[in-house]
Amino acid sequence: MNCFDIENLDLFYRDFQALKDVNISIPTNEITAFIGPSGCGKSTLLKTMNRMNDLIEGCKIEGTVKLFEENIYENMDVSLLRKRVGMVFQKPNPFPMSIYDNIAFGPRTHGVKKRYDLDELVEQSLKKAAIWDEVKDRLKKPALGLSGGQQQRLCIARALAVNPEVLLLDEPTSALDPISTGKIEELLLTLKGKYSIIIVTHNMQQAARISDRTAFFLLGEMVEYGQTEQMFAMPHNKRTEDYITGRFG
Amino acid sequence: MVRILFDEQLTRLNNSLIEMGGLVEYSISETTEALITQDETRAKAVIVNEDTIDDKEKEIEAMCLKLMLSQQPVASDFRQISTVLKMLTDMERIGDQASDIAELCILLSKQDYIKKLEHIPKMAEETIRMVSESIDAFVRRDTKLAQEVIDRDDIVDSLFDEVKRELIALVHKSPTNGEQAFDLLQIAKYYERIGDHAVNIAEWVIFSITGKHKDTQLL
Repeated sequence: MNCFDIENLDLFYRDFQALKDVNISIPTNEITAFIGPSGCGKSTLLKTMNRMNDLIEGCKIEGTVKLFEENIYENMDVSLLRKRVGMVFQKPNPFPMSIYDNIAFGPRTHGVKKRYDLDELVEQSLKKAAIWDEVKDRLKKPALGLSGGQQQRLCIARALAVNPEVLLLDEPTSALDPISTGKIEELLLTLKGKYSIIIVTHNMQQAARISDRTAFFLLGEMVEYGQTEQMFAMPHNKRTEDYITGRFG
Repeated sequence: MVRILFDEQLTRLNNSLIEMGGLVEYSISETTEALITQDETRAKAVIVNEDTIDDKEKEIEAMCLKLMLSQQPVASDFRQISTVLKMLTDMERIGDQASDIAELCILLSKQDYIKKLEHIPKMAEETIRMVSESIDAFVRRDTKLAQEVIDRDDIVDSLFDEVKRELIALVHKSPTNGEQAFDLLQIAKYYERIGDHAVNIAEWVIFSITGKHKDTQLL
């Protein structure tokens, strides 16, 4: 079963074509990595998957993007889509409020009002994001007081609080030190199996370490997509080989 | 090109491997000459050369490990470096076996041979070619040449059977031939094993190009 099936996707920012005839099926409950040089379209594709590009003026999309066989660009409530497809960005972006309220924000928006239910959701989400032990005694403190790595795990907890099916992560560790990066990677490995995870990364080793499948993009085109081990050990396409071995980039 | 340093390091690695190949080939050809001419001095030089081969092995091993650590290679770079690490073991073993032959040469240098040496020098010639071509195949990334090395092993194996048959006949003829026959059989076995090591090298060369080792797609 695939979480996403993308067919013949073209994306334009006015006259500039950022994605060219992308066809990709992403399996459920695996980690899929998107790699490629800056400007190759990998983040654009990620944003297309929860319609973040809708906000960009002049953005035009052709082709189909299906979430569990349902076209997300046809008759789908965008806020409901974003509940099902959560997103975490490169720079940790906690809201300027308490740790508790950061996590409770999403569930409250979606109608959870009871204190007991919210407490339970906050605790479970923070536990799933492997940060509960570090923050359980300071839930009412400002989230902005946490370290960068903790803030990023908080953002993952916040995304998990609305019980999504897919988690999109756009370079989630590029602003973090190696220890915080390691914690996030371990966290993603524990979340895999319950959530479908799609990660954009510039870190080749990270893609090789944690992902099941890797897609390589270049100039808006998906050049190669396959099992991560095969992609890093024996890529079929010369452009993939040249990129991952650092012959261009 | 954005990886000048890494490419230079890989070229240095290949050059060192070629040098080690040269040392190994020298050991096999010198030990063969020592055997044919019953030259003790040449045999001793082969034993000394074993240490040089061992040092070269350690040097190349360190180069591979440092490259793994510093460059974190992937794709063809990863296959190339891991293949060198596997090849090294077989090359070092070939050096050991050439040296083992040299020790027997010293033992036999004062004796008259019980037979004219015909098949053993032929085995030596074939194995030198196999070792040399297996390393060439790696440097030139030539799977066809590597496969030829693997196929050539049958020639060495049948030469060994031939030597064995002749020596058994000689022992049957006169039991006093027994001791030398045993030494010569051991020498032939060492050459046969050198052929096997060349096959191992060739199989890893094919892996470095295709990701496939024997019948298994390792990567």
